[in-house]
Amino acid sequence: MEAINKQRIKERIKGYLKNPWSLMILIFVILATLITFTALVLLVGYILIKGVPNLTLDLFSLHYTSENVSLFPALINTISMTFVSLIIAVPFGIFSAIYLVEYSKRGSRFVSIIRITAETLSGIPSIVYGLFGYLFFVTALKWRYSMLAGAFTLAIMILPLIMRTTEEALKSVPDSYREGSFGLGAGKLRTVFKVVLPTAIPGILAGVILSIGRIVGETAALIYTAGTIATVPKTIMDSGRTLSVHMYELSREGLFMNQAYATAVILLIIVLLINWVSGMVVKRLTKIK
Amino acid sequence: MNNYKEKLMQFVFFIAAGTSVLAVALICIFLFANGLPAIGKIGVFEFLLGQKWKPSNNIYGIFPMILGSIYVTAGAIMIGVPIGIFTSVFMAKYCPKVIYPFLKSAIELLAGIPSVVYGFFGLMVFVPLIREIFHVRGTTMLAACVLLAIMILPTIIGVSESAIRTVPKEYYEGALALGATHERSIFRVVLPAAKSGIMAGVVLGIGRAVGETMAVIMVAGNQPRMPQGLLKGVRTMTANIVIEMGYAAQLHREALIATGVVLFIFILIINLSVSALNRRFENGSN
Repeated sequence: MEAINKQRIKERIKGYLKNPWSLMILIFVILATLITFTALVLLVGYILIKGVPNLTLDLFSLHYTSENVSLFPALINTISMTFVSLIIAVPFGIFSAIYLVEYSKRGSRFVSIIRITAETLSGIPSIVYGLFGYLFFVTALKWRYSMLAGAFTLAIMILPLIMRTTEEALKSVPDSYREGSFGLGAGKLRTVFKVVLPTAIPGILAGVILSIGRIVGETAALIYTAGTIATVPKTIMDSGRTLSVHMYELSREGLFMNQAYATAVILLIIVLLINWVSGMVVKRLTKIK
Repeated sequence: MNNYKEKLMQFVFFIAAGTSVLAVALICIFLFANGLPAIGKIGVFEFLLGQKWKPSNNIYGIFPMILGSIYVTAGAIMIGVPIGIFTSVFMAKYCPKVIYPFLKSAIELLAGIPSVVYGFFGLMVFVPLIREIFHVRGTTMLAACVLLAIMILPTIIGVSESAIRTVPKEYYEGALALGATHERSIFRVVLPAAKSGIMAGVVLGIGRAVGETMAVIMVAGNQPRMPQGLLKGVRTMTANIVIEMGYAAQLHREALIATGVVLFIFILIINLSVSALNRRFENGSN
């Protein structure tokens, strides 16, 4: 059946010509949308065109030297930094979400304090995290510039993100699941771990993937916590730079711009991959529902 | 035994839930304990309103940086907010279903690109472009404003779009039935209804812009003097911290941490207004 308000293009144009205000707004809307997406296409296109030809094999050599600014150590550091930060943040994030959804009483003081603090954490800019990490982990705990200090700083930074996504995932598990589990005689703990958490896993995963994106892209929080040493650290207590920090240092020195382009390409590829994977996860999530 | 395990794990969950509280407390304590004494030593007015930042002469006034942050953010908002809101209208009310998923993932990509990559793009594209057009040194406030405007777009678009979508369909249909055009219904009826939600998005964007560090450092020039116009270099509070923290010592270092404290207070105020706006929006739509 044809909709009653269906207009032919000709009629539409006629309508707009009669209403200059509407026509102007329409033009603004289209223009703004074009600007937004042109900016994205320009950015990605420019980085790819300038960067891909510079992706030489030398950049992936095992060692960083002052002649060959290999990004391979930074890539390894990025992976290990992501891994360590997630190991610290994910259990805390998931457990606190479990507390909020499954255990806490509605409207309790403690819960509203947790919500306020989590909201505060998610608004704090990364340089303030960096400053705190420098004052607390690097100076007060005497960890010096180290991967561990960086990882803990980032863990605090991604904690609210994991908490929120896990909380939403847990809330979306229907209560009938819990009731069914209780009805079969399972305790609360068993219900949480065997019934609720497995059902919520895709949602939790989406949050973890988002966090990986933030860790990979982070610079300001790492410069004064994990430091800027361009090699793979021997232990977790040594300094090491991630890809983003590596890129910042390259562009700051201004000597290796081609290599900086190449690093930007690698960063973009990682971001694209992350977005693609999280898109897949979300798609699966909506299918289940 | 089982009961014991239940109680133990409940306690573990409880403790885990406390970590965010602990983190905020630690951040406040360490920032304030390290930054406030410096403000005391320098003098509150000399620090906040002093127009000169000369660490080598022991003069620490961060007024230029406070103004720098405000100007750069204001510029980014003036460019970014109209573009963002119009784009969110397109996403919610114009976009054909076929291309919507592509645009949505494009905006997610825009949000996911690291700020160093934005900064690098600005350094290699905007800076030379501005140099060509205006015949000035290219690291300018203008470059920082334009770059930040792009960076806050995904925040504004995302929040406004969902605010527009929560407005009941009847509002739009009612306006149409009264003879208003598509545009008039949206801009005179739907958008006013979504106003506080959109405002929350804008304020969130302001928070992003004030807190952004790396991209601004790479394009803004970072001269520690009073801002002298769109086509001159400018230094923000965030840039001040990153640039000098590496070699600062004693009072200089403390003054940088105090800069962080001022930035932190700015952000706290912005956060509070975001949650106030959100609450208003939720109450309004119920």
